[in-house]
Parts: sequence; structure tokens; C-alpha cells
Amino acid sequence: MSTIAEKQALLVEEFEFFDEWMDKYNHIIEMGKALPAFEAGDKNEDLLVQGCQSKVWLKAEQQGTHVRFFADADAIIAKGIVAMLIDVFDNQPAVEIAAADLVFLEKIGLKDHLSPTRANGLMSMIKQMKFYALAYSSAN
Amino acid sequence: MSYNVQAIREQFPILHQQVHGRPLVYLDNAATAQKPLAVIEAITHYYTKDNANVHRGVHTLSQRSTDAMEAVRADVCAHINAREVAEIIFTRGITDSINTVAFGMGAIIQPHQNVVITALEHHSNIVPWQMLCQRTGATLRYIPMNDKGELDLSTLDALVDENTAIVAFNHISNALGTINPVKTILSRAKAVDAWTLVDGAQSGPHAKVDVQDWDVDFFTLSSHKMYGPTGLGVLYGKRERLEVLPPYQGGGEMIATVTMEESTYAAIPHKFEAGTPHIEGIIGFGAALNFMNSVGIDAIAAHETALLDYATKTLSSIDGFRIIGTAANKASVLSFLVEGTHPYDLGVLLDQQGIAVRTGQHCTQPIMDQFCIAGTARASFAMYNTFEEIDLFKAALERAVTMLR
Repeated sequence: MSTIAEKQALLVEEFEFFDEWMDKYNHIIEMGKALPAFEAGDKNEDLLVQGCQSKVWLKAEQQGTHVRFFADADAIIAKGIVAMLIDVFDNQPAVEIAAADLVFLEKIGLKDHLSPTRANGLMSMIKQMKFYALAYSSAN
Repeated sequence: MSYNVQAIREQFPILHQQVHGRPLVYLDNAATAQKPLAVIEAITHYYTKDNANVHRGVHTLSQRSTDAMEAVRADVCAHINAREVAEIIFTRGITDSINTVAFGMGAIIQPHQNVVITALEHHSNIVPWQMLCQRTGATLRYIPMNDKGELDLSTLDALVDENTAIVAFNHISNALGTINPVKTILSRAKAVDAWTLVDGAQSGPHAKVDVQDWDVDFFTLSSHKMYGPTGLGVLYGKRERLEVLPPYQGGGEMIATVTMEESTYAAIPHKFEAGTPHIEGIIGFGAALNFMNSVGIDAIAAHETALLDYATKTLSSIDGFRIIGTAANKASVLSFLVEGTHPYDLGVLLDQQGIAVRTGQHCTQPIMDQFCIAGTARASFAMYNTFEEIDLFKAALERAVTMLR
């Protein structure tokens, strides 16, 4: 099982193949398509991440000391972005998620590339994931 | 003389740049239009030579600023064929223009009366009336629209009745491009002695409006949608309406006398222009109006209609392309969805290819609700857009759709 740092390094490596943002977006879109969709019934208001331009639903489950994440979105780029976060955080120890520094966002240039509204959406997703992790780690 | 779009493009410095390594194709004109050199130079000239506060000083610069600003008031008056310059009020924008009327009507409207708007309005022509009705107990009514985005006028006579205080609606819909049957609605309103307001946000850049021919009580324009500076709008009002409408902001410029106990208001238009006006904006707007008129509004409208027709035809060949708003009478707005894609995703991937379109609800949530959609992507055309740009737009859209499906 790879650590959060190892997962991030792998993502950075994947994105190094692409020079153009259109190709990077293509990769993000493919990651979004690969993430399993929610059942219609699971797309409820309680799971909506606040502060995203498009609708992003995020679910977390505690499994011992670890956290499982599931997400869906109505727009595929947003779904691809949350898929990247899930790739890094899913099935990792809650304490480590809460403390993690997401350096890959800078390294692949996503943080600088997004418009301010979209960057806020990204921050909201991360905040929500860390919020779950923090709640579970203090419960342990 | 044929329409020389290349010569027009030369006048817009901002168009000559690359975005993400591709030539910029600016198709978000319904949100705001780009500014020609004439506007940029007028503002530069104002700050380089004439800047001073207006209507106050006796000194030369103040006089020049005042003259320049008042000359624009006269130009606007002529542009919309108002009876007199006092009927032209400068505001912060159309939102401010409509709020001025809606607030003032609070002192005039009775609780048993109603306000009629349409299902096609921008939020700025919905919320001020909701606020007025909440304050006064009056009722808000909507003229419905059909699934093409055309107003359903079969209900007009029932909705606009002897208790209607005002009928307020847009000339052209920003979200769908529908051109509304202004005279039909105005004539019903007049038959029951209701006041009338037409929101000209989208018609300003595309159509010549004659307020006397319409015999409308209030009409609004937005400078920045007409190639002028942001932060400036126009409220035209008939003298007899403006004289009974109380002002909505107090301050300098709008008063005749002030004592510690009370103030008397200045005559129109100054009664509605509290505070230092947006002098630079007004002067820039004057240059924009002259520029538009030098090209010719009819010529601009014909060019834009040709662009809309071409775009509608050429884009419809894209599999799953669906136009939202298919009214028979439409201005240069193309709101669309592509099956299996989200408008936000289309917007991002178009931007990556240098194409600027608007995505979302376009400040018209009720319209989106009626179509049961979360939003659309919208391309809107201006005097400087070209047929080649539509080809670039189409190629970029096809690439985006291929990636997203």
C-alpha cells in the first residue's frame, strides 16, 4: 500500500508526460470517467461540497484507522479533479490525511491554472476530505 | 458600402492577442463588449487634460468636464429620441436604473396593485420588483414563456389589468436572445394606464430604440454592453414620471437646498444623480455611442444576424447539439447544450483553445428552471466577430465534445 506521498509522486509522474493543458485536461477527464458514479439516490444535498461551481458529491466512510472516499460530480472535469484527490487520500490513515500537504497540485500546475472560482472549489473539496479525516482521527 | 469587419477589428486592441497559445475568439459579448480605441483615448484624454469635478467649480477644467459630460447626455437623448436632456439620468448600471424606479414606486404603488414582469427576465429585473412587492404588499405577476423561449401573450390581457402599477420587461433576453414584442406589451399596459419599463441591456448594442415611438415611461441602457466603460448605465424616464418619483439616494448634486432639518431636491435629472457622477465613464460612453453610430447600428445588427444564422446552421451539425431558446425573432445570442457534456466542461475546454464563451445560468435562474437545466454555454456576437471565428469555435467545440464523451 502506497503512502500519500508516494501516491502524489505517481500522479506528478503521470502528468509529466503532458506539455499542453489540453492533454492534461484529457487525463483529468479520463480519471473522472473511471471514477464509479453514484446511485441517483446517493446524490443528495447533504453530500454536496459547498463552494463548487458544479455539483460535487462526496461521501466518506471510516474503516478502522483509515478513511474510504467516494465522489461523483455533474461536470466531468470537476469529477476528474475529485478523482485525483481520492486517488491520493482513499484508504489512507485518517491522521495522515488530516496532516497531508498536497504538493502535487502545485507540481502539476493545477493550482495556478484554475480560475479563482474553480480553485476555490478545489480547496472546498480538500477541506471537506480533511474535515472527515479529522473527525475520524479524533474519534479514534 | 460593404461591412468591413477587419477595419472594425483594428479599432479593438484587445482582440489582437493569444490566449493559451491560440488567437483569442471573444464570444462573450452579451456579458460585456470590448472597447474601441476611441473609448480608451477619450478616457485618456479626459484624465490627461480635463479632469475636474463637474457642476461645482467655476474654473476652466471643471467647466470642460461639465461640458463634456453634458454633451454626452445630449448625445444619449438624441440616440434614443427622448424629448429633452432632463429625461436622461446617468446611473451605475441597469441594475441601478431599475432599482431607482422600483424603490421610488414604493411611495406610489398601493397594496392591492400588481407588478407584471416576464418569465424571461434577468435577475436585475426580477429582484427589485420582488423587494418592492415585499415592502408594499403588492403582487408580482409573470408573463409566461413557451418552450421556444417566446412570451405567451395569450395571458397578457388577464395579467395586465386595471390594478397593474407597472409592466417591466426586457427588449431582448440575455439568456436566450429572444426579441420580445415590445409594442404589443406596451399597448396593453397603456390601455390600463399602467407605467412601463423596458430593459434595454441587450438591445442597446444591436437595435436603435425610439422611446417616443414606443411611448414607454422608462428605458434603460448599459454602457459596458455598448462598447463603453463599466459602472455606467442610463435611465430614461418621461418627465411627468420622473417628477413624481421620489429619489432613492440622497447626497450631493441631487439637492436644491439643505438645512439641518430638511432638504429640497434638485430638478430632474440631478434629483436622481446623488454624488459625484462617473464622469470618466460618461465621457467614454459618449465616445462609444459615436463609434457605434459611425459604423451604423443597422449595419451592426445585420452583421450579427448573419453571424447568428451561420453559427446556428454550422453548429447544428454537431451530434447532440441543442439550442436553448429557438424563438422566431432572435438577436445575436446562442445558448446551447451538447448532449453528454456539461456546459462548465465545454467552457473550460473552449477557453483552453482561445474561445471565450459564458457558461452557467446567466443570472436567469427561473429560465433555467423552466427548461429543467442547470445552465447553458452561451456564445454571443458583436460587431467585430467574424465567420472565420465561428469556424474556429466549431472546431474547438468538436474537439471538446470528443474529449468529454
